[in-house]
Amino acid sequence: MPAFRSLRALVLGLGLMAGATPALAAGEGVSLPDTRFSFDGLFGHFDRASAQRGFQVYKEVCSGCHSMHLLSYRNLRQLGLSEAEVAGIAATVQVMDGPNDEGQMVERPGRASDRFKSPFPNEQAARAANNGAYPPDLSVITKAREGGADYIHALLMGYGDPPAGMQIADGMHYNKYFAGHQIAMPAPISSDGQVEYHDGTRATVDQMVTDVTQFLTWAAEPELEERKAMGVKIIIFLTILGGLAYAVKRKVWRDVH
Amino acid sequence: MAIGLHKSEFKNPVIRWVDARLPVFTMVQKEYGTFPTPRNFNYFWNFGALALVNLLIMMATGIFLAMNYTAHTGLAFDSVERIMRDVNYGWLLRYAHANGASMFFIVVYIHIFRNLYYGSYKAPRELLFMLGVVIFLLMMATAFMGYVLPWGQMSFWGATVITNLFSAIPFVGESIVTWLWGGFSVDNPTLNRFYSLHYLMPFLILGVVFLHVATLHITGSNNPLGIDPKGPQDTVPFHPYYTAKDSVGLVVYFIVFAVLVFFFPNVLGHADNYIPANPLVTPPHIVPEWYFLPFYAILRAVPDKLGGVVLMFGSIAILFVLPWLDTSPVRSMRFRPLARPFFIVWCVAFLVLLYVGGKPPEEPFVTIARVCTAYYFLYFLVILPLLGRLERPLPLPESIARPVLRGGGPLPAGAMSKPMEKA
Repeated sequence: MPAFRSLRALVLGLGLMAGATPALAAGEGVSLPDTRFSFDGLFGHFDRASAQRGFQVYKEVCSGCHSMHLLSYRNLRQLGLSEAEVAGIAATVQVMDGPNDEGQMVERPGRASDRFKSPFPNEQAARAANNGAYPPDLSVITKAREGGADYIHALLMGYGDPPAGMQIADGMHYNKYFAGHQIAMPAPISSDGQVEYHDGTRATVDQMVTDVTQFLTWAAEPELEERKAMGVKIIIFLTILGGLAYAVKRKVWRDVH
Repeated sequence: MAIGLHKSEFKNPVIRWVDARLPVFTMVQKEYGTFPTPRNFNYFWNFGALALVNLLIMMATGIFLAMNYTAHTGLAFDSVERIMRDVNYGWLLRYAHANGASMFFIVVYIHIFRNLYYGSYKAPRELLFMLGVVIFLLMMATAFMGYVLPWGQMSFWGATVITNLFSAIPFVGESIVTWLWGGFSVDNPTLNRFYSLHYLMPFLILGVVFLHVATLHITGSNNPLGIDPKGPQDTVPFHPYYTAKDSVGLVVYFIVFAVLVFFFPNVLGHADNYIPANPLVTPPHIVPEWYFLPFYAILRAVPDKLGGVVLMFGSIAILFVLPWLDTSPVRSMRFRPLARPFFIVWCVAFLVLLYVGGKPPEEPFVTIARVCTAYYFLYFLVILPLLGRLERPLPLPESIARPVLRGGGPLPAGAMSKPMEKA
């Protein structure tokens, strides 16, 4: 029924234009705390040690449910891991490859060039394993949420007891910063020492959340350092060029004014 | 026109040889070298040149993006992120292209403001102005289709909402929407045709820009006083005077552009567009890109769907007849004591519409949008036509070279009669 479908789309579309945002309104009341990160500001850069720890948190905690399919293991070199370390990390997963010369699909250990292995083969499997909720891919998560890194940090710290009188649906959890305050994901980082850091850093909840936010921001914007460094140079260059251009203009117009 | 080789005045034998057969050097010398240009431009007159530069930047970055983009619903989103990660300087190309669209609209809005304030649309520049409105419409179509290509949530739902506007057309609306989509919803055929058209339309824009500039070089430029140059004392050659002045504006433009691209690349975009398109999940708040918001606000200000669509398109279509709605013979608002405040209020109304267009359609935004929409049209349809008759303009200067009028005599006959013939 084509006419019906396009009519429905239209009603939906106009309905959205007419009645947008009730869902967002619930979350909008709470303002995000402004967390200070190393990648903020004109000269922002990634804290590599923190991002490496953040990767460990992702690997041991988040990756059970959340994929990061836009990243390859080789990308971790940018965080300061050696070629051997990256190869070692990649080799811990089994990747389906093929078909080989006999036409068979084969499983082999992962390589640095492989994408991060996803925890579920498809969305349906992910939903089936998570009470119907779909854990979103985290590749660009800090770009895909209003508030970016501040929001991710606040969300991970935002679990707690619901205010008196608030009914939390079955299988849902109260979160101060989530739109509607009911989130399917249980508090992923909930106790100190949940991850044992390789570098000996004390794994407090706040430390782990900060580290994983650092890692996720790097994952979403791996170009950030190069971009900001280039921007500073270009703006200095343009400022000088602008001064010259203005001086030339003054000289050219001197006889007219 | 006489047949035969052009009598070139160039000394260099190679240039002379080419110029005799194809006088492009003479043309550039005439149109961009010695071209007589009013000597009193302010920096608002930079924005035409800036718009052309911006168009070329969009085309150059777009060509390289197209080499790495895949127009398929299942692949488009990831191919854009691959550009960001794996293509050399792909992030720079994409952020320059995405923010370049915003810069283009900023530049063109200021260009249009300049035009309206100084009455550049009036005779003899009506066609020049109308071609500009055509460029503006083509730009909007191109930008809209470009925003669909990354195939994020806002791409998909924005495309759904905007294409559905055509269903408001009586009787054939539904069929037109199906025809636009190439199916029964926004899907792969829609993405493919939008990609094709998004690549085609900039070349159409470039063609109309050529006509726009050609028309400009027939009439010559308007100027802040809105009076015609009366002789060589009122003009300077385009080069080096305005090439030097445009260069200053160009560098400032690049600084603003660079701040956006390198430090706030996503600030004018929407976070939801980094979520892959999902026809089953509607984002809580569908908004178009910021440069469409004034028109989106006009659309939503009308409770009736068809009425909203008509007013939205009408808000731009009305510009085509603006040269005849404005009955005043005086171009520049500097000499129009009544029109000037009315126009400033119109500009404020436009900016307020831009603001409320991004807000949810609830009170007080609905009422504000209605008031501003009403004023938007009132200004063109009632205020301007009446002011031409009621307003007593300030005395115009004798000439550009002598802008200070001694004594304050009557309006010069020339400034009065020419536009009156049109009206």
